[in-house]
Amino acid sequence: MKPQLGFGEGIKYGMIIDLDKCIGCGACVTACVAENNTSILPDESNKVRSITWMRLYRFDNGKPYPDTEVCYLPRPCMQCDHHTPCVSVCPATATDYDPDGGIVSQIYTRCIGCRYCVAACPYHVRYFNWFDAVWPKGTEAVLNHEVSPRMRGAVEKCSFCHHRLMAAKAKANLEGRRHVLEEEYKPACVEICPTGALTFGDLNNPEHRVYRMSRDPHAFRLLERLGTQPKVFYTTRRRWIRWMSDNWLEGEDKGLTAASGH
Amino acid sequence: MQIDAPLFPEGTQRCDLKWFTFWTGLWGLLTLWGLFGAYLCFRYGLNQTNMNDYFAFGLWIVIDLAVIALGAGAFFTGFLTYIIGKKELKAIINAAVIIGFICYSGAMAMLTVDIGQPIRGWFGFWHANVHSMLTEVMFCISTYLTVLIVEYAPLIMENRQLSKDKFLHHLSHNLHHIMFIFAGTGTFLSFFHQGSLGGMFGVLYARPFAFRTGILIWPWTFFLFILSAIATGPCFTMLIVWITQKVSGKQLVKRSVFTLLAKISAGLLSVYLILKIADTLYWAKVTAPSLGFVLTDFYREGPYGIWLLFAELGLCGLVPALILLTRKGRESNFWLITACILACTGVTLNRFVFVIQTLAIPVLPFEPFVAYLPTWQEWAVGLAIVGYGGLIYSLSYRYLPVFPQERELNYGASKA
Repeated sequence: MKPQLGFGEGIKYGMIIDLDKCIGCGACVTACVAENNTSILPDESNKVRSITWMRLYRFDNGKPYPDTEVCYLPRPCMQCDHHTPCVSVCPATATDYDPDGGIVSQIYTRCIGCRYCVAACPYHVRYFNWFDAVWPKGTEAVLNHEVSPRMRGAVEKCSFCHHRLMAAKAKANLEGRRHVLEEEYKPACVEICPTGALTFGDLNNPEHRVYRMSRDPHAFRLLERLGTQPKVFYTTRRRWIRWMSDNWLEGEDKGLTAASGH
Repeated sequence: MQIDAPLFPEGTQRCDLKWFTFWTGLWGLLTLWGLFGAYLCFRYGLNQTNMNDYFAFGLWIVIDLAVIALGAGAFFTGFLTYIIGKKELKAIINAAVIIGFICYSGAMAMLTVDIGQPIRGWFGFWHANVHSMLTEVMFCISTYLTVLIVEYAPLIMENRQLSKDKFLHHLSHNLHHIMFIFAGTGTFLSFFHQGSLGGMFGVLYARPFAFRTGILIWPWTFFLFILSAIATGPCFTMLIVWITQKVSGKQLVKRSVFTLLAKISAGLLSVYLILKIADTLYWAKVTAPSLGFVLTDFYREGPYGIWLLFAELGLCGLVPALILLTRKGRESNFWLITACILACTGVTLNRFVFVIQTLAIPVLPFEPFVAYLPTWQEWAVGLAIVGYGGLIYSLSYRYLPVFPQERELNYGASKA
């Protein structure tokens, strides 16, 4: 299904991830943890409680060798643009959609930890602090002073490194500009990716690369037919990956383009 | 003569104090175990549970939803008694109110442990999000608990010794006079929070298992939850009163009271089932397929198989409805109580399915099913509501005039 774009007026920050370039190195995951002071659990092998704002999925096409193909899929918060599922359910307005930029924010100190937003999100981008964050002696020196650490009992998620947007806006202000340039604001994951698989910018600005890339026929979004209007796009020429992006009935036309792939 | 006999309701007898102490001691122990589990959660955090970022809700939310549905007997019996005018239900209304009070206060206590930041719980009132069903739930449940306290208070004031105080005596008397206001308020508030609890899941448009279409802002689950609560709430009241009769060895309400409640329950349960089956069919045939799911995607092998659907709607829905619809079923103690147990189980299953199965089913195709089993701390806190309920109910039965027909049915009108 072709993306139904049109995110309304104004700046709408979004991302497009080229799955044909992603090598699954995990640099984006690491950069995110380092940038955002994400706490490390006592048992990080317990993946259902691990806090991974940027999460790297690995799946394959289910075929045996030599036809096996693997896909690495980085997944930040989708920053859903339409009737954001998590925002509408929060009882304490601890999460909110900012129409100026389109970023879905989280107020850690307001969150009561009811986890309704965690239940509402189909992408599992929201993480609850099941434990107190512990910073072993010395590690507090590497914390990023621009990002608040979170307390036990509150929910957190990817914020598109919103603190970097604030810094970029402050810089632009100092230079007498109202707008932030494309290269001035990039989340940590986008900045660190060694293959350039992640591209970030204003989805409504024709001068930004994401504008053109998100309108490419090979671009798609996860769970498109739910209607959440994610602002994170993916692109691949491999058809089987597109089929994994949503749920289909048997025999349903998956609406893929003739532009081929495997 | 029992040492606490002056506290018994006028003209009644109660069992030996040492048996009663033993009995309440058991409930007390259960409650204490729960308080210990709660302490661990407050001290160390919710990692004491087996909930995780896939199962954000667990045993406690299921219990909360179930007890609130079962506690609906309080407001609904009040509605029938004071608004509709079924005065014969005055024989059971006190018991229903106590059960309601236990259910709601217990649920609120459990929720305090369940949220990650209990001290911030009031933010739902201070920073209320008017679009969230959960905001509505918080407001209505809190205010309704206040109504329940006001409905319970006169009963406490009618304790034989307390009512000797003129102020308390007149206060309880006057509160009884205006009880219809509280019954009406309770009905209004309960309509909304029972509904919003259903609405909470029906609005999750990004979780196809739970999502339902509806009317205006209300998904059909809003109305279905209200219906299932008022259909099964009276069943729970009858069940508890029947157990009280068995344990105390006395008849406490006239059989006709049970028959009346059973008839009302039968009608409501039948209406509920018709609408619920219609809603399920529409969801299975239209809503879910539009999002790429067929019914078998939701019900796979293992704990969440299709047997759940048949258990909820069939064994614990149609069967009790059919039993209660027949006069023989209503008038036989065995069939009446069986139907009540099945109906209460059915509503619990319904709440379980909406919470646990919704979360178990992945939406992203490359996400797995994740299993969840509660820890002992969760069981402790969850079962604490049973212990707490046993305590409150037992103390109320022993010392308060809960059953107006008790003397007439056991001691004869001539005995003082």
